[in-house]
Amino acid sequence: MDRALPAGDTPAFSTARFRAEREADWIAFDALLTRLERRGATALSSDELLRLPMLYRATLSSLSIARATSLDKALLDHLEGLSIRGYFLIYGVRESRRDRLKRYFLYDWPAAVRELWKETLIVALILILGVATSWLLVAHEPEWYFHFVPEGMSGGRDPRATVEFLRGTIGHGKEAADQEGMLHVFATYLFTHNSRVSIMAFALGFAFGIPTMILEYYQGLGLGAMLAVFSAKGLGLDFGGWLFIHGTTELFAATLAGAAGLKIGTAVVFPGTRGRLEAAAEAGRTAGKVMVGVIIMLLAAGLLEGFGRQLITNTGTRYAIGGVMLLFWLGYYYIPRRDKAA
Amino acid sequence: MTAARANAELRSAQAKKVRQFVTPEGVDLELRIASAALRFGGLIIDLVLIVVALILFTLLMAWAGISSRSTVMLTIWMLGGFVLRNFWFIGFELGQRAATPGKRLMGIRVVARDGGRLTADAVVARNLIRELELFLPLTMLSASAVEDMASAWTVLAGVAWALTLSLFPLFNRDRMRMGDLIAGTWVVMAGRRKLARDMASGEAAHAIAFGDAELAVYGIFELQQLEQVLRIADARQMREVADTIRVKIGRTAAEEDSVFLTSYYRQLKLRLERQLLFGKRREDKYASD
Repeated sequence: MDRALPAGDTPAFSTARFRAEREADWIAFDALLTRLERRGATALSSDELLRLPMLYRATLSSLSIARATSLDKALLDHLEGLSIRGYFLIYGVRESRRDRLKRYFLYDWPAAVRELWKETLIVALILILGVATSWLLVAHEPEWYFHFVPEGMSGGRDPRATVEFLRGTIGHGKEAADQEGMLHVFATYLFTHNSRVSIMAFALGFAFGIPTMILEYYQGLGLGAMLAVFSAKGLGLDFGGWLFIHGTTELFAATLAGAAGLKIGTAVVFPGTRGRLEAAAEAGRTAGKVMVGVIIMLLAAGLLEGFGRQLITNTGTRYAIGGVMLLFWLGYYYIPRRDKAA
Repeated sequence: MTAARANAELRSAQAKKVRQFVTPEGVDLELRIASAALRFGGLIIDLVLIVVALILFTLLMAWAGISSRSTVMLTIWMLGGFVLRNFWFIGFELGQRAATPGKRLMGIRVVARDGGRLTADAVVARNLIRELELFLPLTMLSASAVEDMASAWTVLAGVAWALTLSLFPLFNRDRMRMGDLIAGTWVVMAGRRKLARDMASGEAAHAIAFGDAELAVYGIFELQQLEQVLRIADARQMREVADTIRVKIGRTAAEEDSVFLTSYYRQLKLRLERQLLFGKRREDKYASD
């Protein structure tokens, strides 16, 4: 090594010598990291994988030495960048994507939902309260209907409509059969629309959860008003079936999204013994897990709504499917199981 | 000495962006918080990419839909649009580099605030909030502009809302968005620098010998500026810098600028690094030697 360096006024320790001795490690580490980033751990042989932590530690130690001794800005920046990249690659991923997915479905998702049980109850109550409010109001005074359901949304399903028309809208008439070609489009539209509303209910949670609760109440209002209109015409049971087949999944998902938002809101307001930021971050992670689940649930609900509801017109079968779905979700989330916490 | 104060202020401003981040090996990585401008730049790049992808996807689906005469393409288009809009950010940030293409171009990445690993739920949480910070104000404004049904107050409320949320990162030290706050994440600098040549090496570095008094006029700040000048190697800039140094130390222009600057850089670096070994760090020329 010494031969490569100028003799003479060079002191025993020099940054040039330091660099000459360590440089090979940095270059090797950089090359390994680049391959790891591009193609994942499978790109490296087992020898290289074993060398990785050694090179990482060597680079970190070089960084410490360079900080204390070197004034070469480019060198310092390079080592700092290399160490940061190395740290996040080596400590970042501890399990494969497949294991992560498996753990999410087997454990993380239901556990996160269970953790939100209080918020879920509150949001469900708010939703029911919304339904009850508008039902009672519309049942007594049909004019109220127009306050709860915008003209564009109702599509003629209002207190002035005939029984025949209303029956047609819930898939017992002849017109329903004509639309079958477009079912998947309809299902997709419902899915994307509902997902957006749910994401919004979640995202609004940080404002102390108040907008979330208002949004859920509003959702309940529209539902209750519709219920009142149909039951006034003696179609309550049929409408229930029309709603139940996908509604158990969809409303459950909407409730969970609201609960996730509320969880963040309450964590910000009542952080407990932790700092406010810390509490919000912790709640946010639980809520994030729930939200992925909510989107999956909404996908299921969209399929049930788009296909199931249009193809199955028997009210009894509709209730059965809706009921089974509800039992499935309840069982999946709340049946106690052994924790496999990581 | 206003220049001295300006230098000190610059240093303290840079120090304010540094966050302690100690690895299990006990080394502080000194992460630097990404500036709001960089993050905005990254966002714009991502949005442009998303729009371009959407247009291409729409054209492809329209072509496929017309040629196959089926409505399945419409479904795929709607789903694709949804996935692109919601999972562009999530998908990329879950990758090894924890950054979207826009962020990568800007040299920044997402990390967990507590120093742990960046979990999928944190990435999901921080990006779903984006719907509120970015897409909701945008849709609200465009909807009210198109339909003309919103009163001035609604528009005003929408704008106030959008500003409060979108400008939130400017009002905290860590440049956190709402989503970062809730997910417990930070966006930090993750620039990659090539391992550049040591400017103090090479033949030219030994051409001229400077005396101790000649080297004592500058500190670390000036040394690193000089390093940059040498790396850029622009002839006019080097001439200016070399002339300034010559006047300062009272030498006449006898040799080539690059030779002069390289030797001066090497010897100044050696001198300052030797001081550093003895625990003395002279930040700039205003500090005492």
